[in-house]
Amino acid sequence: MMEEYRGVWVFIEENDGAIEGVSLELLGAGRKLAEKLEVPLSGILLGHEVTKLAKEVISYGADKVYVIDNPVLKDYRTESYMKGVIKLAETYKPEIFLYGATPNGKDLASAVATDLSTGLTADTTMLDVDIDKRLLEASRPAFGGNIMATILCKKHRPQMATVRPKVMKALEPDSNRQGSIIEETLNLKEEDMRTKVLKIVKELTKKTNLAEAHVIVCGGKGLGDIHGFQLIHEFADTIGASVGGTRDVVEAGWLPHEFQVGQTGETVTPKIYFAIGISGAIQHVVGMKNSELIIAINKDPGAPIFEVATYGIVGDALEILPKLIQQFKEMKTEKGGEISYA
Amino acid sequence: MHIVVCVKQVPDTKIIKINPKTNTLDRRSAPAILNPYDAHAVQAAVKIREETGGMISVLSMGPPQAVAIIKKSIEIGADRGYLISDRAFAGADTLATSYALSKALQKIANEEPIDLVICGKHAIDGDTGQVGPGIARRLDIPPITNVIEVSEVNKAEKTVLIKRKQISGYELIQTQLPCLLTVEKEINSILYSPLPNMLRAARYEPVIWAVSDLGEVDKTQLGLKGSPTIVGKMFTPPKLEGGKKLEGSSDEQVSQLMDILMERKDLLKLKETSTAN
Ligand SMILES: Cc1cc2nc3c(=O)[nH]c(=O)nc-3n(C[C@H](O)[C@H](O)[C@H](O)COP(=O)(O)OP(=O)(O)OC[C@H]3O[C@@H](n4cnc5c(N)ncnc54)[C@H](O)[C@@H]3O)c2cc1C
Ligand SMILES: Cc1cc2nc3c(=O)[nH]c(=O)nc-3n(C[C@H](O)[C@H](O)[C@H](O)COP(=O)(O)OP(=O)(O)OC[C@H]3O[C@@H](n4cnc5c(N)ncnc54)[C@H](O)[C@@H]3O)c2cc1C
Repeated sequence: MMEEYRGVWVFIEENDGAIEGVSLELLGAGRKLAEKLEVPLSGILLGHEVTKLAKEVISYGADKVYVIDNPVLKDYRTESYMKGVIKLAETYKPEIFLYGATPNGKDLASAVATDLSTGLTADTTMLDVDIDKRLLEASRPAFGGNIMATILCKKHRPQMATVRPKVMKALEPDSNRQGSIIEETLNLKEEDMRTKVLKIVKELTKKTNLAEAHVIVCGGKGLGDIHGFQLIHEFADTIGASVGGTRDVVEAGWLPHEFQVGQTGETVTPKIYFAIGISGAIQHVVGMKNSELIIAINKDPGAPIFEVATYGIVGDALEILPKLIQQFKEMKTEKGGEISYA
Repeated sequence: MHIVVCVKQVPDTKIIKINPKTNTLDRRSAPAILNPYDAHAVQAAVKIREETGGMISVLSMGPPQAVAIIKKSIEIGADRGYLISDRAFAGADTLATSYALSKALQKIANEEPIDLVICGKHAIDGDTGQVGPGIARRLDIPPITNVIEVSEVNKAEKTVLIKRKQISGYELIQTQLPCLLTVEKEINSILYSPLPNMLRAARYEPVIWAVSDLGEVDKTQLGLKGSPTIVGKMFTPPKLEGGKKLEGSSDEQVSQLMDILMERKDLLKLKETSTAN
């Protein structure tokens, strides 16, 4: 009975006592879906000593938080988390269930979908709902074109999707928001677990730097060759920004893969994003379109990158970049000031 | 030690080019290849076999031409190959794909029990990464995704030590055999295939099974029929307005851009310190 399934759920991923950004973003996106469908939005919170986070989940838009707090859930493991999530889903029957497309979120959602025999859309970047049919429309960039595919799950519930981090927007937290906290238990014994997490090692790689950079200078094949690409490094150095590149640039060997922005690279949301000599293929654009200020330089006035740019310069990057670098350098000396990146 | 690696035939997206103006695919030169992550998965199996001994089987679901990627896996070092190929598999989403593959794995296990299943982190075409964990659930073995290192495969204790990539850093996990791993590219680098492997691959003919060879199969769980998800529509994302174009000579453009950037100094976080030094 599909009608038994009501409500929108978001899996709340917790790491080191803090909620992952993508879970808060999904509460924002889930809020919109729940309002359209006129149903409550719930957060699903599993872990050890996590009940204290439930209020935060409510402040970001949830009406209810289902919590399973259990020492066996201290570290993420597919089998323990899956048991908890399935128990909740079978008891309370949501119609839509969203997860962040993180390593744990994807792992969990794939396992849960298999046991519930339901559909799961991967790496969604757009979410909407057909109100009459109560159908989740989860869209993802499709292989082979500047094309999006909308994936539907018509006959199975819950309708599940993993959603890329940093494409949805979190709401401003409101600590006065009211909601209910429902605590559930799960019968789990450590002895029964087939998998043990022995150690967790945090590493701040270059990759996470790019994802958190405030200013990114990203270059494409339009720079011509690896020597032309040096201008990207020089400009980034001058203004204290991080360097990024398109997939074509990475494949040409001008940059290592961890600097790739886009669908198969990093998703970034800097304050300023320079897109220089980049055509603006959808696989690139999905990874950067939520940047605050986007400045594009491309010699082709018809390049799709101009459609997402806040400001566009139609021109030759090899001519414009040196001038721009010069301006910043002069400013440094003129004002006797130092440009630094706080 | 019997390791089974799941391998998928995919179009080479490195060669596929998209014309950004027409949004169309340039298919002129898109050969089908072994999914790159699966090549790493076979290589990882070869390394484990070097330490533990045993046998590597590869399994693929796909059209008859997918024999080519099984031969490629033999070149890398697999011992045996199985292809399941049948019209009934067509149109499968990840749920139906993991069902079909798990049925074939059960049949393979009947011939020779399986200690370890290895998949790629994702296939570069469908790009979901959902098939591996799905297979693990159906076989009721622990899935470990995003694996970057496998060490200490202990045959006697039936345990294995794994490094799993996380959002930042990694975790060290011990799990029981049999289990299922999905591997990242970092796990190894693909070596040149030894000549004897190449010769063997050229002559190798994999076992090919149709649905009817798989024993008891619920046909309603296969292919399009067994797929809860469908592609509803394909569309080009709505064109955005785009912003302001900065006109004029390149000097004028640069000076306008400097004005904009200086106005948004808050974003650039420029700090003008005095020349005290
Ligand atoms: C499955 C799949 C996944 C993908 N994932 C990604 C991804 O994660 N990230 C990604 O970036 N791409 C990805 N791609 C590739 C993507 O489709 C494009 O091919 C790629 O982004 C194009 O890179 P580009 O803009 O550097 O090069 P091009 O498309 O070649 O564009 C170069 C641009 O530079 C301009 N130009 C040339 N000379 C100059 C000059 N002197 N001054 C100024 N402008 C100039 C040209 O007008 C052109 O617009 C993926 C593709 C597929 C099929
Ligand atoms: C545009 C588009 C979007 C899609 N979106 C979705 C979606 O959101 N949800 C969904 O459920 N399905 C989706 N599909 C269907 C999906 O691509 C197929 O089910 C496909 O058979 C398996 O998924 P994958 O390619 O993503 O594999 P992945 O899960 O990414 O593959 C991971 C690993 O599993 C193994 N594996 C996968 N397929 C095979 C195989 N045929 N033979 C042997 N080993 C294999 C390999 O080891 C591989 O490295 C989509 C298809 C298209 C064309």
